[in-house]
Amino acid sequence: MQTIDMASTPLREVNSTLQAQKQDTNQKVWEIVNPRGSHAIACGLDGPIEVTVRGSTGYYSAGMNKQAHVHIVGSAGPGVAENMMSGTVVIDGDASQYAGATGNGGLLVIKGNASSRCGISMKGIDIVVHGNIGHMSAFMAQSGNLVVLGDAGDALGDSLYEARLFVRGKVRSLGADCIEKEMRPEHLEILADLLERAGADAKPVEFKRYGSARKLYNFNIDNASAY
Amino acid sequence: MCGIVGLFLKDKSLEPRLGSMLTDMLITMTDRGPDSAGIAIYGTDNDGITKLTIQSNNPEVDFDQLDKTLSRAANTQLSMRVKDTHAVLEVPDERVDEVRTALTELRPDVRVMSTGDIMEIYKEVGLPKDVAERFALTGMGGSHGIGHTRMATESAVTTMGAHPFSTGPDQCLVHNGSLSNHNNLRRKLKRDGMAFETDNDTEVAAAYLTHKMKNGCNLGEALESSLDDLDGFFTFVVGTKDGFGVVRDPIACKPAVMAETGQYVAFGSEYRALVNLPGIEQARVWEPEPATVYFWEH
Amino acid sequence: MKEMTKGGSGIPRTVPRKPDIFSDHVNAEIRRAAATGIYDIRGGGTKRKVPHLDDLLFLGASISRYPLEGYREKCETTVVLGTRFAKKPIKLDIPITIAGMSFGALSGPAKEALGRGATAAGTSTTTGDGGMTEEERGHSEKLVYQYLPSRYGMNPDDLRRCDAIEVVVGQGAKPGGGGMLLGQKISDRVAEMRNLPKGIDQRSACRHPDWTGPDDLEIKILELREITNWEKPIYVKVGGARPYFDTTLAVKAGADVVVLDGMQGGTAATQDVFIEHVGQPTLACIRPAVQALQDLDMHREVQLIVSGGIRSGADVAKVLALGADAVSIGTAALIALGDNDPRWEAEYNELGTTAGAYDDWHEGRDPAGITTQDPDLMARFDPIVGGRRLSNYLKVMTLEAQTIARACGKNHVHNLEPEDLCALTVEASAMSGVPLAGTSWVPGRDGVY
Repeated sequence: MQTIDMASTPLREVNSTLQAQKQDTNQKVWEIVNPRGSHAIACGLDGPIEVTVRGSTGYYSAGMNKQAHVHIVGSAGPGVAENMMSGTVVIDGDASQYAGATGNGGLLVIKGNASSRCGISMKGIDIVVHGNIGHMSAFMAQSGNLVVLGDAGDALGDSLYEARLFVRGKVRSLGADCIEKEMRPEHLEILADLLERAGADAKPVEFKRYGSARKLYNFNIDNASAY
Repeated sequence: MCGIVGLFLKDKSLEPRLGSMLTDMLITMTDRGPDSAGIAIYGTDNDGITKLTIQSNNPEVDFDQLDKTLSRAANTQLSMRVKDTHAVLEVPDERVDEVRTALTELRPDVRVMSTGDIMEIYKEVGLPKDVAERFALTGMGGSHGIGHTRMATESAVTTMGAHPFSTGPDQCLVHNGSLSNHNNLRRKLKRDGMAFETDNDTEVAAAYLTHKMKNGCNLGEALESSLDDLDGFFTFVVGTKDGFGVVRDPIACKPAVMAETGQYVAFGSEYRALVNLPGIEQARVWEPEPATVYFWEH
Repeated sequence: MKEMTKGGSGIPRTVPRKPDIFSDHVNAEIRRAAATGIYDIRGGGTKRKVPHLDDLLFLGASISRYPLEGYREKCETTVVLGTRFAKKPIKLDIPITIAGMSFGALSGPAKEALGRGATAAGTSTTTGDGGMTEEERGHSEKLVYQYLPSRYGMNPDDLRRCDAIEVVVGQGAKPGGGGMLLGQKISDRVAEMRNLPKGIDQRSACRHPDWTGPDDLEIKILELREITNWEKPIYVKVGGARPYFDTTLAVKAGADVVVLDGMQGGTAATQDVFIEHVGQPTLACIRPAVQALQDLDMHREVQLIVSGGIRSGADVAKVLALGADAVSIGTAALIALGDNDPRWEAEYNELGTTAGAYDDWHEGRDPAGITTQDPDLMARFDPIVGGRRLSNYLKVMTLEAQTIARACGKNHVHNLEPEDLCALTVEASAMSGVPLAGTSWVPGRDGVY
C-alpha cells in the first residue's frame, strides 16, 4: 500500500500521482492521510485502484471518478463524486450538498446523511444513502437509481425524468411532477442488488418507489402553474 | 461571496485562545474572501462599562489625545485602546450618549463600528492574515466570536463594506450570498429613518434586522421575518451578547457547516475552516437546515 | 395612403395610423399568445435596433499620426489565450474565434464545416450544450469545450482532449436563462445523446448543479484544473448583465479568460422575451469589463473575448480598440456557411418566413441544412465547401481589421486604443466611453456601471 500524507504533499502531487495509475498499474492500493478538508481530493481518477482517504474532505472529492474505488473514512464536502462515470465511492460519514451531482455511472454509497440536492441531474449513477437526504434531491434526475433508507427532505424529484427513487422513510414533500409509483418485481430486484452492494441493512419491501408523472414532458397550458 | 466562521466556547479554559482559534479559521477562508476581513469578539464584561469600537481612515490624527478630548467634552471618565485604524473606548453606561455626541462633533469622520457591553468589531480591507495582524487578533480572548472574509460582489471593496455589520448593542451580522431586492429594501428603510454608509446588500440586511428589533421583535423573530422579506441567496450568522445564531435561505445554496463538541460549537463555510479545532475528529458535524433559525447561547 | 373622405362629403378624414407600440408585429404576437397559451420561442439574438458598433468610427491617420503600408509593414494579429494559469495556453493566428453552438442545434456536417474553416484560418471552435462530437474534435485543431449547467455528455476524457474549457455562467441572449422550452420537442438523436426520453419538451437548468457564486466557482475551477493537470486555459462566459462585477468576480474566481456575450449574441432557441428584454447591448459591456480588468491590474493577463453581433473586420477592430483581446462569432459564422441564404427563398416562404428572418431553428426544418438533423436537408450542406466559405470569411475579417489598424498606425491589432475612435451618437459615446465625434465630451462619466 502507498501512503500519501497531505500535510507534506501538495494537492497537485496527490492527484497527479493517483491519476497516473492506469489500467496496467501494479500499485493498486493507496491511502491518503491528513486530508483536512481539502478540495478536489482524488478527482479525475481513471484506473482500477483503491483509494482510502482517512479524514474528512472538502468539495468535489472523487469528482469525475472512473473505475477507481474511493473510500472516505470521514465526511465529504459538497459535490462528492460529481459527474462520476464508473467505479465506487463510499463515504463513512455524511455528504454535503450536491452528492453525486450529474453522475453518469458507478455507485455512490453514503453511510451517514446526505444534504440537499443529492443526485441532482443524475444521468445513470446509482446512489445509496443509509441515512437521510436533504431538500431538492434528485432535481431533474434523468436516469439511475437513488435509494434512501432514511427520510427525504422537501421537493424530492422535482422536474424528474426517468431516474428511479426508492425511499424507505418519510418524504417531507414531493417536487413538481414526482409521484409515488407501484413497486413491481423488477424494481424489488434492482433494490435488492443495490442494497447488497451498498452493504445496507434493509429489505426491498420496506421501500416506496417514486418516479416521474410525465405530465411536464409535453407542454399543456393547464399545467402552467407547475412552472 | 464570502467565507464565514464562528466559534462559541462552552469550555471556559479555551477563552484565552478564542482570538487565535478564530484567526486560524478566518485565514483558512481566505480563498473565499480575499478582499477584506472582519471579526466580532465578545470578551470581558466590565460592569457598568460600555465598549464603543470606532474606526478612522486617519488614525494618527483622529486618535491623538482623543481619550482626553472626549473625556473633557462629555464630562466623564473613559479609557481608550488603540489598535491600528480602530480604537475601543470604554465609557460608563450612563455617559455613552454624551460621548457619542461629542465624538460626532469633534471627529465627524470617525465611524462607530459597534457598541455593547462586551462586543468589539474590527474590520478592514486586505487579506485576512494581514487584517488579523493589524488588530493583533490572535492575542484576544473571549467567550464567542464571529468572523468574515469578503469577496465583494456588487459593491466596492472598502472598510465600511466589510462585515460584520452591527445591528444593535452587542449584535452583529455577517453574510455569505447575494441578496436580490436590497435596493428596494434600502429605500424603504431610509424612509423609515435608517442610515446607510455603503451600497452593500449585507448592510441592508443588518439594517432590516435592526429596524425590526427597534419595532418590537426580538432577534429570532426578526430573522424569521427576514426569510419572507429578503430575497436572494443567503447564509447569515448573527452574533449576540450570549452567543450566535444561524439562518439559511429556503433555497440554501450557500454552504454552511457546523461542528459541536463538549467544548464548543463552531460554524464554517467550509469544513476546512474547522479542521484545527480541538477534538474535531470526534465532533458532531452537521449542516443547518434551510429556512430555520438556530441559536446557541450561554 | 390616399386621404379618405367620409361618404363623399369632401371633408378630409385623418389618415389611418397604427400605434407605434401596437405594431403589426406586436399584435400578431398577442394573437398568437391568445391562441396557443404558450410563449414564443425562437433562435438568434436581439432583432431590434440597439446602439451597436456601427455607431463608432475610427479616426485613422493624419498629420499627427502616420499609417503603415500594407504587406511589407506588418500588422500582427496573433493572440495567446490562457497565459495566467494554464500550462498550455492557446495561440491563435487571428483574434476571432467561433462561439459555442451545440451539436443538436447544428447538424454534424455544420459542426464539421466550422472546424475545417476555423482550423484553416488558425483559430478555435467551441462545443455547445450536448458535448463534444467526433466530427468537431476531428476537424477542429483548437477546440474549446463548454462546461454548462446541463452537463449533457460531460466526461473527463473529453475534458482532457479539449484545448480549453469554457465554464458557461450565462450567454447574451438569455443571461440567467436555462429555460423551459415548452412545446419544443427534442429530436430522437439529440435525446439519445443527452440521455433524455424521446419527444419531450426541452428543459434546461439555469444554474450549475454543483456550485453557486464566485466563491464556489473558484473551487470548481480548481477541480477542473486538477482533473486536467492544469494544462487547459479556463474561460468563464457571462452574458451582458453586470459586466464590471462579472469580470471582477471571474478574475477572482481564477479564470484565465473572460468571455462576454452581449444581447446581440444568438442562441439556438429561447423565449423571445428573454432575447429582447434581458441583457445589455454588446457595446455597453466592453468598457466596464476592460475597466474591471484594469482596476485589478489584470488587463492582458486575463484575456477578454467579446461576442454578440460581430459581423466584419470593422467590428473586430472596434472591439479590440476598446480593450478586448479577441472576439467570437456565432450568427455571422452560420451566415457565412449559408444560413438564411436567399437561394432557399421559396422554402422560407413555405415556412411562413423569408431569407434573413428565419429563426425557428429548433423546429429542425432548416432549408439550408445547417440547423437541422433531418438527413435530406442535411445533405444539401457540403461541409468542405462550408469550411472553405468560413475560412474565407474569417480571412476577410482579419484583413479588414488589419487595414483599419494600419491606417491607425498600428503594427499589431492589439495596439488599437479607445483614442483611435469617436462616436456618432450620445448613447454610443456614453456606452463605450469614447468621445462624441467633433467633441471631447463623453456623457455619463460619473458611474462606470
